[in-house]
Amino acid sequence: MSAPFARLPRWADYGLIPVINLIVAFLVAGIVVLLVGENPIDAAGILVKGAFGSGQNIAYTLYYATSFIFTGLAVAVAFHCGLFNIGGEGQAYIAGLGVAVVCLTFDGVLPWWLTFPLAIAAAAAVGAAWAFIPAYLQARRGSHIVITTIMFNFIAASAMVYLLVGPLKPAGSMAPQTRDFLAGAQLPKLGWVLEAMGMSVRSAPLNISFLLALLMAWAVWLLIWRTKLGYEMRTFGFSPKAARYAGISDVRMIIIGMLISGGLAGMMALNPIMGDQHHMTLDFVAGAGFVGIAVALMGRSHPAGIVPAAVLFGVLYQGGAELAFEMPNISRDMIVIIQGLVILFAGALEHMFRPYVQTVFASLSPRTMGVPAPKGEGA
Amino acid sequence: MAFVDALAQLIDATIRVSVPLLLACLAGLYSERSGIFDIGLEGKMLAGAFAGASAAAVSGSAWVGLGMAILIAVCLALVHGFASITHRGNQIVSGVAINFIAAGSTIILGQAWFSQGGRTPPLSGPARFEAITLPGADALRDVPVIGLIYSELISGHSILVYVAFLMVPLTWWVLFRTRFGLRLRAVGENPAAVDTAGISVTWLRYRAVILTGVLTGVAGAYLSIAQNAGFVKDMTAGKGFIALAALIFAKWKPVPAMFACLLFGFLDAASIRFQGMAWPVIGKVPVQLVNALPFILTIILLAGFIGKAIPPRAGGVPYVKER
Repeated sequence: MSAPFARLPRWADYGLIPVINLIVAFLVAGIVVLLVGENPIDAAGILVKGAFGSGQNIAYTLYYATSFIFTGLAVAVAFHCGLFNIGGEGQAYIAGLGVAVVCLTFDGVLPWWLTFPLAIAAAAAVGAAWAFIPAYLQARRGSHIVITTIMFNFIAASAMVYLLVGPLKPAGSMAPQTRDFLAGAQLPKLGWVLEAMGMSVRSAPLNISFLLALLMAWAVWLLIWRTKLGYEMRTFGFSPKAARYAGISDVRMIIIGMLISGGLAGMMALNPIMGDQHHMTLDFVAGAGFVGIAVALMGRSHPAGIVPAAVLFGVLYQGGAELAFEMPNISRDMIVIIQGLVILFAGALEHMFRPYVQTVFASLSPRTMGVPAPKGEGA
Repeated sequence: MAFVDALAQLIDATIRVSVPLLLACLAGLYSERSGIFDIGLEGKMLAGAFAGASAAAVSGSAWVGLGMAILIAVCLALVHGFASITHRGNQIVSGVAINFIAAGSTIILGQAWFSQGGRTPPLSGPARFEAITLPGADALRDVPVIGLIYSELISGHSILVYVAFLMVPLTWWVLFRTRFGLRLRAVGENPAAVDTAGISVTWLRYRAVILTGVLTGVAGAYLSIAQNAGFVKDMTAGKGFIALAALIFAKWKPVPAMFACLLFGFLDAASIRFQGMAWPVIGKVPVQLVNALPFILTIILLAGFIGKAIPPRAGGVPYVKER
């Protein structure tokens, strides 16, 4: 390549380029809105209003964001280990089983603040266990983790359908779901925080698992950037050969990375099951595991990027629901397209605009770019 | 005789449900043999099915539908190629993106254009690929054994079924008996060697990706114009991933790919046919277990317990020319 290698300042690398990618993704989404025969600018207006227009809308936005923080962190931790965990969907789905079993057992006995830690442990343990098998197969038998985690999503879906139409369904009920939990397994809502600020929240499902999600975001930052294990994980992800040379066991890295990833994905199940519906239904994950991929890519696998990216997707989910009322042609499936476009432009085509940005930066101020400034030019 | 009829029906159903798997599997074969992993088979097939059914509904011609299905699937394949070949992006990420784009846009556009809840208008007559009765099928019907096999199993499918099964020897021939095939396999194993020989790695991989698009388009058209009479949302229902599983199961070889697809198709057909039936010894098998079986089998295979599936060596790795 003839273009000089220009080192971008950190803000451009972590701020400008992701924003450019995101803008392009939304421009293409706007074209889809045009194809459907609606005005993209009006649509965006309704979307933003639907996400932030009232206290209730904000609470819904953050409720969706909670799930996406968990799944986004899950994908990101695996990314740092050089692994692509596409199985967050299945891990979260199966983890619902752990949550449901804890809730069904203790909801009449314990108060919520004792059930909740047990349910967190169960969700993380079951999610991690579901991730362990692909991890073990990758580490010991060399099976490609992407393929095995995809397969495990399907197996999880089949297993949960089997359980929810059979053993977990209360006798005499037709709906494929568990019985409703008693008060001991219902998480307190966080709506009062918004109400204290003078907004009306009504029955929006924002609950304390949002705080757990933020805590986990901080914990992931601590793990990845402030611990020896995190350093080893990043080393292994960056260069498995160098890591092996430094005495880091690849089996250990793959398995630990996937266990943490699966555990985080599993915690997503707490939010809808204990925080909102108070029973486990079919397909309660509703694609959140896959949204995690887009969130992690957009947030560049850093918690400080993942939380806003998760909120953005929360905006799309909540605002999209409102948009579907106003413009019936734009249903919630529009989000699936946006998700795909974000994954395409922020993930697969991540570096498409980098050369142009580099050229612009290099021409603006050659000296700061790490490119040797042409000496004695014209002299 | 009832047993023979039931068996014939089961095999017939197996063939019908195997066809989209087979086409998608062979599609993936070209791409992956050239070193481009493609988990976007599902999305391309879905987009093809939607484009095919829409075009057939509007034009009233199944052939126009087929052409449109191929065109759209190739476009998506080119997006995958642009990301993973030209921009050396992550091939898995790109495939995932294509799956989501296809899943969302087929529903949104379907609802906007036809207002039937994401369906396309029902197709009939020349807008569908009808079953073809092969010459002599009726005359041979009463001949024992041969008559049954010929008139029930071989005759009476749509043209795309024959295309799919003819693609198997054709793919074998292309891969293992032509210069293009040799180069395609080489670029999936060692692109640097191909480059050294003065052959463009990029162009070779693009051609492979385009072939993948063509075949996934045909697979999609089969689903919505031949097997069914129109597009229903999410009608591929994981078939792209089962095809991927079959491709691994077949160790990236065309003829074993056909048998793997027939096996997975048989599981599908049998699970519908024997739903809720109690078997001797094992008792009632949950239908969910049968549905999950292709995935479980693939994992066992990938774990190396039934032979070892070794993917093309350069698969998933973008080629960077040394400079």
